[in-house]
This record gives sequence, structure tokens and C-alpha cells, in this order.
Amino acid sequence: MADGSIGLWTVPLAVLGGAIRVSTPFLFVSLGECITERSGRINLGLEGTLVMGAMSAYGISYLTGSPWLGVLAAGITGALLGALHAGICSLPRVNDIAVGIALMLFGTGLAFYLGKPLIEPTAPRLPAIDFGWWSDIPQLRAVLRINVMFLIGVALAPILYWAFRTTRWGLLIRTAGESSDAARAMGYSVLLIRLRATMVGGFLAGIGGSFLSLFYPGSWNEGLSSGQGITAVALVIFARWDPLLCLWASLAFGGAAALGPALQSVGVTSGYHLFNAAPYILTLAIMIITCSPKRTLTGAPAELSITR
Amino acid sequence: MIIGETPPPSGAFGVDAIAMTMRFGDFLALDNVALKVRPGSFHALLGENGAGKSTLVKCIMGYYHATEGDILVGGREQAIGNPKDAHALGLGMVYQHFTLVPAMTVAENLVLARDDVPTVVNWPKEMKELEAFLARMPFKVPLGAKVSAISAGERQKCEILKQLYLKRRFLILDEPTSVLTPAEADEVLGMLRGMVVKGELTILMITHKFREVMAFADDVTILRRGKLAGAGKLSELTPDAMARTMIGAEELTIQPPRTGEAGKARLELAELRALDDAGAIAVHDVSLTVRAGEIVGIAGVSGNGQRQLVEVLAGQREAESGEIRVAGDPYRASREEMRRHKMSLLPEEPLKNACVGGMSVADNIAFREFDHAPFASGGWWLNRGAFSDDARKKIAQYKIKTRTPETPISALSGGNVQRAVLARELGSKVEVLIAANPCFGLDFAAVAQIHAEIMAARNRGAAVLLVSEDLDELLELSDRLVVMFHGEFVYEARTSEADLTVVGRHMAGH
Repeated sequence: MADGSIGLWTVPLAVLGGAIRVSTPFLFVSLGECITERSGRINLGLEGTLVMGAMSAYGISYLTGSPWLGVLAAGITGALLGALHAGICSLPRVNDIAVGIALMLFGTGLAFYLGKPLIEPTAPRLPAIDFGWWSDIPQLRAVLRINVMFLIGVALAPILYWAFRTTRWGLLIRTAGESSDAARAMGYSVLLIRLRATMVGGFLAGIGGSFLSLFYPGSWNEGLSSGQGITAVALVIFARWDPLLCLWASLAFGGAAALGPALQSVGVTSGYHLFNAAPYILTLAIMIITCSPKRTLTGAPAELSITR
Repeated sequence: MIIGETPPPSGAFGVDAIAMTMRFGDFLALDNVALKVRPGSFHALLGENGAGKSTLVKCIMGYYHATEGDILVGGREQAIGNPKDAHALGLGMVYQHFTLVPAMTVAENLVLARDDVPTVVNWPKEMKELEAFLARMPFKVPLGAKVSAISAGERQKCEILKQLYLKRRFLILDEPTSVLTPAEADEVLGMLRGMVVKGELTILMITHKFREVMAFADDVTILRRGKLAGAGKLSELTPDAMARTMIGAEELTIQPPRTGEAGKARLELAELRALDDAGAIAVHDVSLTVRAGEIVGIAGVSGNGQRQLVEVLAGQREAESGEIRVAGDPYRASREEMRRHKMSLLPEEPLKNACVGGMSVADNIAFREFDHAPFASGGWWLNRGAFSDDARKKIAQYKIKTRTPETPISALSGGNVQRAVLARELGSKVEVLIAANPCFGLDFAAVAQIHAEIMAARNRGAAVLLVSEDLDELLELSDRLVVMFHGEFVYEARTSEADLTVVGRHMAGH
């Protein structure tokens, strides 16, 4: 091992490193969607929010020179898109899924249009913290260079878990998602609660997008997102609307996505594209295993249009 | 203190509604109605569905703004603009449909109901305070349990406790005992009565159960079609007089007498098991035989597997194991089998379970036969004329109130939807009839008609399985009574020999 060659250990290490890198956008989008869905609404538009977030973060980071201002801009863009979704869904007889699909296309289209001039320039990127200084194995050091956004996301999951139980806003979001009649009988405006929850969800999804353009892959182009936003929405269902499970599920999906590149790095080239499809195969497999025609999903907020 | 508002002086107060008129468009829901609830009294508000009871209390609670009229709270005129205003005055309401959040614990539900939910809830402190509050209350509920896991009786107690926890001193109860066993109802109402007698509480209860009115109320107000039909002290009224005041001059269908003896076994369930939506066992290996010319009633508090049992018989849910036989043949709820065995179904919530809301009354009446002669030629060419002719005949025969046969069925009132389903299901010969809560939420005229039709079907030799949460209905109609609890049949008796207290005990699982 002294010569720095660690043989097949490269694969699990690369998967771990990939899991940390790739899972960050999954983590932010799924935590955001978790908040929105717990309030009783599904926002499928987060794919568009993610891409808009990536574009605006890159643009602001390039213009101001501060990647953190870019992250903030991405969050605000996401919150505005969330407000748009919630606003349209507040109208009578509007289906949140249809609005979500429309906003997904709108968000990606708008980002491509506005982002055309951003493909060339290079924007300042987000920092990472080197936790691997003690090791002299380069692969391990690479894995342990952990980006700050991931750490924020990891901290956010337990905070959300706690907030759903012990804060006023957590209880209100859950009430709106579980029984809008009960919320209304208590004198709360369900539409207002959902508006705020969708805006917070959009904020987090936008931040997830900023990670794509400002850290990994770390540039703005039109092929930046390969459906992470939509996968993250599915992931919330798989995680049973629990923020802590969202964290583990994001890591699993990130690991699966890193499988193809990891195998390629040790010379396994056959079936490269098949391994790249691993996260989507995983999504399908999980959905088939965990869903049954005979029963409703446990833990699903009762007001969601898919469970009602 | 528990609520943030300045606490009103303690003790019961009265509420008067003066000359209340409420108009929804052209429809006059309340017409110059007066209601006087004395402080520290137990007041019953009686009336048929659609008589305006709910509208009246919703005006008092600020959900509706009366077109005309005034509300006096504790003798003083108050403008109640929304439910929050009513709450601040100490008025609280317990709804017919529960307003607890099922996926949350009892404690979470109680804290959430407060006007001043803290930004961060200090659970250890809140739990201590809740326990201290419960210690002063006449009934107990498990604070840490999820609402979805406690019984209907406990949920109703929670709803009432919630109001007391919020320091409400004038409670409006909307049919509070519809989901309780008679014993539970007596317990809950008895405890509330105790608080009324002590002068801590005033109660206005919407109900249609004369037994409870006679046992617990001091005063009665009766509404009919939006008008005040009668009011007075209970001591001056009899149940018969109250019923006549409620119904008015309307003539009720007379139920035919029970005739004929039970014949051969028609519907047999053997070790039938079914799961609920969460995958738990809802119907637990039940066996039952219903014979021709017999009504078997299944009693039980809602949520003990009756819904799933009926869904299996209706083909809406797959059985997990076990067998159903109709006239000796295995039955899997296919349309062909239902036709062959002349099976009829009156499911609960007929608009949802037995109708397509957007389709016309005529189409809905034709569902069973639409692809057979004379409604169709060759099984595919539909003869619209035959639809309307048949519908017109049945609309007249079953007194369905609809503008035209082509009106969407969702535009009809609950009673008329049920009449349309009745016309479809009982319009031709019936050998097996399965009915689930067929009269839920219907007025006297519809109930009398449905009961008469069910009894007539029995007398013509049909095997009838009647699942109902209304014990009085079961005692009136069924030949044999079975009690369902936690998915099992725990008690069976001939109705003529059934002891109400024993039945009630089994319904509660003792």
C-alpha cells in the first residue's frame, strides 16, 4: 500500500466519495420536497427549480465573485418558483401534479434561455474542507475533501426531524398535510401554510441546484441535471416522508450514481452506460418493492393527491 | 394560562339567537328562527337533515354570517365575525366529523389546538401540564397514543376534552354519539351532564336520538325546513310529540309486516379474511350463513372491519383467504356472478361507492343491465330510449326527486341518490341483498322507504345482510344479530332474544 496503489479498494472508496458528492443535490431537493409534501402538496416542478437554481447561482457567483451570494440567489429563485407553484395550486380545481410538470418544463426552459451567456465564463466555486490531511493515500484524501454544502445538508436533516415534532411550524405543516379539515377548524389557512412550505421547499431545491453549478460538476451547461430533481421527489416517497431517511436514501442514490465512474476508474469499461443507469434502476426497483396495490403507503400525508 | 385571550369570568353562560335568517342564493336555510339556551342548561336541538340545525350553529360559531338576526352571548349582543371571535368568547364546537389529526398523538393534537402554540414546544413541560389537566377531568385518554390507534369513543372524548382544555364554557355538540356504543354515549353525556349541573358548562347538542334527549336534556328546540317548529322544556314533551313536530305532515312509507320463514342457505362466508389499506388484518376469519327470507344484521362501532367485509362482498377488495359461496357456488364478485345470483348491493356512501357522479340518473339506474336487452342489442349497441323509459318508470316508483332523468346524479340530495341506487338494486328480482349503513344521514321519509323496501325484499325471499352502525335500525329490521369487533364476530343472537346491554358490551369489546 505504501506505493499509493490500493487496488480494488478504489471502487468502494470512489463510491463513497461519489456518494458524498453526488448525493448533495439529492439531499437538498428531497429535504425541500419533504417539507412541501408534509404540508399536503407535491411539487414536481423541483427539477426545473434545480436547474434554475444552478443557473442563477452560477450567474450571481460570476457577477459578484462570491459563490455564497450565488447560493443565496439560487435559494431565492427556488422560493419564487415555489411561490408560483403554490399560487397556481391555490386556485380552485387545480391539480398540483399537472402544475408541477408544467413548472418543471418552464424552469428548465427558462434556465437554458437565461443561461446561454454563462456557458463560457468561469465562476468562483464553493469551498471544500480537507478532512483527509492525516492520510497519505491520495484516493482517501480525495474522498475526504468534503464540500461544505454536504455538511449543511447533513445537519439540516436532523434539524428538520426535530422541527416537525417540536416546533409550531412543524406541527402546523403536518396538520395541513394530514387533515386540512382539522387545520381549517382550528382557524389556520391551509393555503398559506402550503404556500410557505412550498416556498421553503423551493428554496432548498434551488440551493441543491447551486451545488451542481458551483461544486460538482462545477460549471453551467444544459446537460447539468440528469433528472436529479425528479429522482429526489421519488426518493421522498421511498424515505417515507422522514428527513432522516431522506439523508440515507440520498447517500444510497449518490453511491449508485457513482458506481459507473468508479468501475471505469479501475478499468471495467464494459457496461459503463448500464452502470450509469444504476440510480434509475434503483428507483424502479425500490418503487416496485415498496408499493403494493392493496395497501396505502405508510407514513404518507393523508392530504397528498396521490394518497387521497 | 392556557389561552392567550383575557379569560372571561368562569362559570356557564347562555346564548340567545334572535330572529335568525340565512339565505344561500335563492335558498332560505333559516327563516326567522329563535333559539334560547339558558346558562347552565343542557339544550337539545332537534330536526331532520336539512332542517337548518347545522346552519344555525355555524352562524353562532361565526362560520356563516346570518343574513339577518342577532346573537347574544351571556345576555350581551356580540358580533361574531369568525370562529376565532367565538372561541375568544368561550364558545366551542365538537363536530360530527372528527377534527383530530389521525397521524398525530393525542398530546400533539391538544397543544396544536391552542391559540398560542409556542414557536418551540417544550414537550416535557407540556406533558406535565396536560397530565395535571387530565387529572381534573372526568374522562381519561392516553396522551402518548396516536389518534389513529385509539377507539372512536376515545376520539370523541378527546374532542370534548380539547374544548375543555381550551377553557370553552359553552359547547355545541353536533351528533356527538353517532360513533359511540350506547354505553359509551351514556358515559360521555353523563359526565358532561355532571359539569352542566355543577354550573361549569352550558351545552347545545344537535341530535336525532330521542333516548339521549329524554335522558340528558333540560330544554328542546325543534327545527323543520329552516323554521322554528317547536321549543320547550323537556318535562312538557313526549318523544311522539317531538317526532311529529320534526316531520310535520309528511306521510311516511309504511313498512310491511315480517312474513314467512327463513329457507335455504343463500350466502355463506367461510373463514373469510381481508386486509385494510395499511395491510393489517381487518376481517379476521369470519364465518356466517344468511338464509333466504332472513335479515342478518351486523352491529358494531365503525372501524371494526365492517367496511372491508362489505368491500370484499362488493368486489372492491380482494379477500386474503377464505371463501364466499352464493347458493352453493363459489363467489368472486364478478359482474356475471352477481347477475346470475341476482345479488344487490346498497353500499355506504352511495354516491362514492355505487354511482358515477358525473353521469345521469338514467345511466346510473341502468348500470346493472345496460349491456343486456332491452337496453342493448348484441351487447354493444345501446338503446338510449330504453334507458330513459326505464329510468322514468323507476323515478316515479321510488319517488326520486330529480329535475330530469338526464340530470347528473351528483346534483341530487343524499336521500335521492340512495333512492336511485335502491331503484337500480331492488328494481328487479333480488335473491341476495347486502346493505351497509343504507340510511346514514337520510331524513325520516327516505329512512322509512328504505326500511320498507328492505323488509319487502326479505319477505319475497331474499337473503339480506345488513351492516349498520345504527343499533335501532338493526333491532327493527333484522331476524338475527351478529356483533363485529376487531374484525371478528363476537356475539350472535336472535334479535327477538337479544339483550341490548349484552350487545353494547360486545360492541365495546368486553
